[in-house]
Amino acid sequence: MPNPTALDVFNREFLTIRSRLIDLAAAIDRIDRTEGQVVDDPRMRQIHQAIEVIAGPDGNRAERVQMAFSLSYSDNWRQEYGV
Amino acid sequence: MHFIDPHIHIASRTTDDLQALARAGCLVVGEPAFWMGYDRSGTKSFYDYFRQLTEWEPKRAANYGIQHYAWMGINAKEAENVGFAKDVIALLPEFLDRPNVLGIGEVGLNKNTKNEVLTLLELIELAATRNEQLLFHTPHLADKYQGTRMILDLLRADGRIDRSRICIDHCEEHTIRMVLDEGYWAGITLYPTTKATPERAADMVEVFGPERILVNSSADWGPSDPLAVPQFMAAMRRRGHPESLIRQVVYDNPLTFFNQSAHFNFRRPD
Repeated sequence: MPNPTALDVFNREFLTIRSRLIDLAAAIDRIDRTEGQVVDDPRMRQIHQAIEVIAGPDGNRAERVQMAFSLSYSDNWRQEYGV
Repeated sequence: MHFIDPHIHIASRTTDDLQALARAGCLVVGEPAFWMGYDRSGTKSFYDYFRQLTEWEPKRAANYGIQHYAWMGINAKEAENVGFAKDVIALLPEFLDRPNVLGIGEVGLNKNTKNEVLTLLELIELAATRNEQLLFHTPHLADKYQGTRMILDLLRADGRIDRSRICIDHCEEHTIRMVLDEGYWAGITLYPTTKATPERAADMVEVFGPERILVNSSADWGPSDPLAVPQFMAAMRRRGHPESLIRQVVYDNPLTFFNQSAHFNFRRPD
């Protein structure tokens, strides 16, 4: 495996990160410019939760963002389904 | 470099796509039976579809020097009607005996319902009885984590099928670890907006290593790219990974997985 430094990877990824953040901000602005509100839509809460994960200091962000958009799992599902 | 796309729906693609795949270095494709974008009206539609995957698509791919293999099954979306699914499952043994068929797939869960589970149990039973390899579809988006765990629960409770002969496909960051930890092959599907991107697939190879990982395009009738595997290869090269590592993921790994099927008869080009 190659062994790049953090700065190497940051240089490689910076413009992509910048572009996607602007895309995200513009999409939310687009929603704001329309009639009505989606503040209470559970999907908007998922988006805010995902942004908090990205902005936080802890790792495994992609996995934790995925979980913000995932249904929960019940250990008892087989009993509930009777299978 | 040659590569294998272990999961692509050639029946939904054009001859231009086959030509592009061949020019990019694709030698083998694996085509699982799946949902064609609409619910079929009867079992005869499935019969004709299975004939297409075992008779016509191998010839079409061969015209471009690509060896075509297929997986037979009923997809999770059409598995909700348990009685109908039983009738389709009854068709499978005839096709599982055909020379380009690798096993049962893609089967799994979609909305994680009880009826989907009942059909999946029938398919697992058939695979265990016939000693078939299995290719599992895991659900989309919000349902993926729950559905993947449910599939692993079913397989863990059964245990008759060797885990090294099972691929759990469409893994992403929140599901790949559990799949690899339990000894299965993990498929990563490269899609433009859902599933994984080439860059994220490269991340997963860096984090989890290349063993038992299969990268595929799953290109079909929706937004998808039949050249997604070469895109992944390019992403790996941009990061400075050696050709040997890239070859392991896109060529050696699918060969190792497919070689476990009695019908896989890969003819390496001279």
